[in-house]
Amino acid sequence: MALDKFGIAKRIAKELKDGMYVNLGIGIPTLVANYIPQDITVVFQSENGILGMGPYPEEAAIDADLINAGKETVTVINGGAFFDSAESFGMIRAGKIDLTVLGAMEVSDQGDIANWKIPGKMVKGMGGAMDLVASAKNIIVAMMHTNPKGESKLLPKCSLPLTGVGCVKKVVTELAVLAITPNGFQLLERAPGVSVEEIIAKTAGKLIVPDFVPEMEIE
Amino acid sequence: MNKVFKDAIEATADIKNGAIIMLGGFGLNGIPENCIAALVKHNVCELTCISNNAGVDDFGLGLLLQTKQIKKMISSYVGENALFEKQLLSGELEVDLVPQGTLATSIQMAAMGIPAYFTPAGYGTEIAIGKEVREFDGKMYLMEKAIHADFAIVKAWKGDKAGNLVFRKATRNFSTSMAKAGNITIAEVEHLVEPGEIDPDEVDVAGVYIHRIFQGSNYEKRIERRTTKI
Repeated sequence: MALDKFGIAKRIAKELKDGMYVNLGIGIPTLVANYIPQDITVVFQSENGILGMGPYPEEAAIDADLINAGKETVTVINGGAFFDSAESFGMIRAGKIDLTVLGAMEVSDQGDIANWKIPGKMVKGMGGAMDLVASAKNIIVAMMHTNPKGESKLLPKCSLPLTGVGCVKKVVTELAVLAITPNGFQLLERAPGVSVEEIIAKTAGKLIVPDFVPEMEIE
Repeated sequence: MNKVFKDAIEATADIKNGAIIMLGGFGLNGIPENCIAALVKHNVCELTCISNNAGVDDFGLGLLLQTKQIKKMISSYVGENALFEKQLLSGELEVDLVPQGTLATSIQMAAMGIPAYFTPAGYGTEIAIGKEVREFDGKMYLMEKAIHADFAIVKAWKGDKAGNLVFRKATRNFSTSMAKAGNITIAEVEHLVEPGEIDPDEVDVAGVYIHRIFQGSNYEKRIERRTTKI
């Protein structure tokens, strides 16, 4: 069965390693913070200027001066720090952030990503996405395999304006985990009960399918 | 030397039509509420506003959009403001969308007196069009220029009469860099104190950058997304 958004977040949480500094984008990526393995410590960065971002506050502890990059009220953990956005992006550019997880509208089999603009329809802006994808050491995309029309979001070439080129390392969808390789998407894992055939049918970009594709371990 | 002004109306009185203004804040976090209200009252028009976001429909820079005082916005993300999108698609409003890190750094460069720099953000995308591209150690970079403004308007938690500012939590965002980058910087503060009441070790923005300071009032500090522990 295909995963829901929580399942995607749980699978991505398995990519986290002890000591990592991680930036989570808005949407499914934010959910990853709920599934960090108990035995490791990771530190979350929020690009507006927080290191050591904690969970949402109790009602009584809400502070208008403390929000994350998604404009949500948050907390800061013991050992956290505040700084300005220029420093925050310096941290990102200089490679201090180990992993970025973000959503996408399209990903190409060369690792290009499009997630900020639909010409003529949507003009929201790129926020920090262009900076993050240009500089993070490791970039994982969390998204659905197809768009609401049922069209593949894993393409030979992005049709929408790009956010970054050749930067995505891995994609986790409700159907599969795929790595970006010089030869295209490499199918690494499939969601429990999802067939390789379904993944092939829903992937428009070049897909490398090994003889054996294990099921994802979620729990 | 007197940097202390009575209020936002007085501190912003000489901002003229067509001015280029930087406004601190991220979303509605740490925005100069008093000065935005004063700009509405002064009814200055044709403004170019440099701000990461454009507020929401009825608060923050959204107030200046309602009254059509803004000619051009330079921002990274404007998704929270439906009015913005409407004015943009109808051609009433010009916009330069700039990656957030590039925006922050271009302002920081102005603050540091550096005219241009190279960043990898946006290489290979439409924002690279017309920009110098250069390779350093095998990686491609775009040349971006410092962003200057006639006025920078920021809100700090505390400030002294010498102009030293202290910020609270995530409100540093764009404000500390903007405060240092403005040709004239106006700071509104929640607490205006005497010199000596702020420990020099605690200063986020040194007084040299601040030209005008005043004690703000009636802060609403609106929250965009009120999220709590489930």
